[in-house]
Amino acid sequence: MELALAPETLARWQFGITTVYHFLFVPLTISLAALVAGLETAWVRTAKQKYLKATKFWGKLFLINIAMGVVTGIVQEFQFGMNWSDYSRFVGDVFGAPLAFEALIAFFFESTFIGLWIFGWDKLPKKIHCFCMWMVSIGTILSAYFILAANSWMQHPVGYKYNAATGRAELTDFLKVLTQDTTLVVAFHTLTAAFLTGAAFMVGISAYHLMRKRHIKVMRTSLRLGLITLVIAGLLTAVSGDELGKVMFKQQPMKMAAAEALWDKEEPAPFSVFAYGDVEKGHNTVAIEVPGLLSFLAHNDFTSPVPGINDVNKAEQQKFGPGDYRPNIPVAYWGFRWMIGFGMSSFAIGLAGLWLTRKKFWLAPGLRTGDEEPPRLAVTKNKELGARLSKWYWSLAFLTLGFPLIANSWGWVFTEMGRQPWVVYGVLRTSDAVSPGVSQGEVITSMVVFTALYAVLAVIEVRLLVKYVKAGPQELTDSDLNPPTKIGGDPSDADRPMAFSY
Amino acid sequence: MQLHDIWFVLIAFLWTGYFFLEGFDFGIGVLTKLLARDRSEKRVLINTIGPVWDGNEVWLLSAGGATFAAFPEWYATLFSGFYLPLLLILVCLIVRGVAFEYRAKRAEEKWQRNWETAIFWTSLLPAVLWGVVFGNIVHGVKIDAHKEYVGGVLDLLNPYAILGGLATLTLFTFHGAVFASLKTVGDIRERARRTAAVLGLLAAVAAVAFLAWTQVDKGDGSSLIAMIVAVVALLAALGANRLGREGWAFAFSGITIAAAVAMLFLTLFPDVMPSTLNESWSLTVGNASSSPYTLKLMTWCAGIAAPLVMLYQGWTYWVFRKRIGTQHIADAHIPDTHVSDTHAPTPAS
Repeated sequence: MELALAPETLARWQFGITTVYHFLFVPLTISLAALVAGLETAWVRTAKQKYLKATKFWGKLFLINIAMGVVTGIVQEFQFGMNWSDYSRFVGDVFGAPLAFEALIAFFFESTFIGLWIFGWDKLPKKIHCFCMWMVSIGTILSAYFILAANSWMQHPVGYKYNAATGRAELTDFLKVLTQDTTLVVAFHTLTAAFLTGAAFMVGISAYHLMRKRHIKVMRTSLRLGLITLVIAGLLTAVSGDELGKVMFKQQPMKMAAAEALWDKEEPAPFSVFAYGDVEKGHNTVAIEVPGLLSFLAHNDFTSPVPGINDVNKAEQQKFGPGDYRPNIPVAYWGFRWMIGFGMSSFAIGLAGLWLTRKKFWLAPGLRTGDEEPPRLAVTKNKELGARLSKWYWSLAFLTLGFPLIANSWGWVFTEMGRQPWVVYGVLRTSDAVSPGVSQGEVITSMVVFTALYAVLAVIEVRLLVKYVKAGPQELTDSDLNPPTKIGGDPSDADRPMAFSY
Repeated sequence: MQLHDIWFVLIAFLWTGYFFLEGFDFGIGVLTKLLARDRSEKRVLINTIGPVWDGNEVWLLSAGGATFAAFPEWYATLFSGFYLPLLLILVCLIVRGVAFEYRAKRAEEKWQRNWETAIFWTSLLPAVLWGVVFGNIVHGVKIDAHKEYVGGVLDLLNPYAILGGLATLTLFTFHGAVFASLKTVGDIRERARRTAAVLGLLAAVAAVAFLAWTQVDKGDGSSLIAMIVAVVALLAALGANRLGREGWAFAFSGITIAAAVAMLFLTLFPDVMPSTLNESWSLTVGNASSSPYTLKLMTWCAGIAAPLVMLYQGWTYWVFRKRIGTQHIADAHIPDTHVSDTHAPTPAS
């Protein structure tokens, strides 16, 4: 009980809750910004109405989502100081810089151009309006990059030295922080996973409408864009994930061993499919394994040894002094599996969808569908998927919109909890990072307040999303189809109502 | 002038930008109850800041992030010490942002009314709390030898800090009323000017009392000059408002806020958070700042980014330069879900 309410435990729970919640919105924001910008570009270039309808529809869902992302992000900026003041004192010199860069460069970009985009339909010529969404997209990607550089420094601190006089880490090479392999690979992995998330969102909602034969023209286009993005992003997520595994193995062998519940060194090391074991005694009682695969994940060959949890723990005890350097093994083990399982299921559903809904390739003319009918799911050249299986596929495609959200959350839980007991790996322990002056009552208060507020907002947000998803794309108005030719709006319509108002 | 002195000025600049910009945002939020007669007037007010409030709020995130990078000790002591007031501010900013974005997304009366109530309170509370926070920073709080805040939350609610809260509330609301008169047309514009005249007097009382107290308590020659600038600008804003020179009134109310913030920071320097327990335990620009390498890096970043930000944010204000009135507020396009729930295919589009 005492441990459960220790300030460190409470602060970690609060960070976990607020951060996982914030990160439900982040990947959707990153990917939908680019996808909406792409759709608007298609409209600007082809003048086809379906693209404008799609832009407005997905744009609206994007806005409902980004509103939550923005406001929950404010908490992220300040809770380091509130709950982790000793962390802030120790790392501010290094960690503060990318955060400040993020605010000064990326946040201003995002927030300013999103305002222009929301209210600018009748104030900006369409090319400039479209340009604004691209700027938002650049802002989201820059923002991700800076914060991931900061996080990568916690995973693998580089470009700093410890100053004994000030008792803190001090930055010596910012470029190294921005370009070390951890940062590059983590950014690659997180961004591709973000696109996987947005693409699955698009596929899911398009499937929802197409199986009901509604809004076909817009949803066919959206489905196609979603599926292609899903497959490319899924593939790249797997490639970058493999790369990240190798980096992680080099830099944090404990995390890799914990992810596999590999207790003792094995040569070659197997990949665990299912394991159940005794954490205290340090072995598995049940284990289903693929021989040699873990060696491959760590070394790119099927024979090299991989050290186990017990080996790494001993090595770290020698290096850092007595103590338990094992993270929570079941969380690391299952977090790793949920991440891969849900992420790759989405990818598989996307791959299947791309094949089943192909337009012409190896498809009998009878199965080809026009722009105004829902695609028929064709397995082979002449054979369509049965009615029941077709229904199953569409339902699965709808459900896939939630999978990457689960995968992302577990991915972060795994990578952050797998680093424990360190907050900065090998440099600062989490127990030394909390605010010494903040009382238990204060942390409990803020945790209860944030959790309750976030729960209420989640209900409001989801219900609003459902409403707008169900309603589908709206008919275009004259003002949509006749964007202004001048910046600030055309002078002829001084008294015309605003195209968008709060 | 050393790098950490430059960074003290830059942090002051970021806070000035924040209070100048979000100051009128908060004011507009408060005025939705004080000034608007009906829902469409409320919407006129909210839409005067619609395209810009989010960008304005980023000045706070920049001030916070830059403090973290340039003065980690200041960031750590301030945010862990002023825990509960900052929690309340965060909650307000969260609800407020969602309220702006979601209010018009459903047609139900209760939904819209609830978000409107939220906009009022979540604008009013931070407007007060920022004054309380800065009053305490300037006056000094109980900081021990380890740079930790050791006071309680009630220590933060002292008369001087509360007066600071009243000063920011009235100044921001006045600033908001002047902004409303500059950005609207029709009946509401006239009433905004009349309301501004009253609010300006209230702001004059509260702000002059707060600044004078600050001057007597901790001031020197330079802070006195800043105080005089603030007071003169406030009187000029009132005068310009009376003459119907709305642009000038807004410029002067902005100068008032900038000069008041400048005065607080001038009083503070070279401390960043004075300790009331022992002068040698105070956080100063020297003992709270980052290493020269980080400060130099940050100077490059801010030196390039800040002018660019002001340029494109300024451009946004120019794009949305037209005044708005009730005639410009269309009914929100709220889709009717029930219609499209039928299983008939929609006409091809």
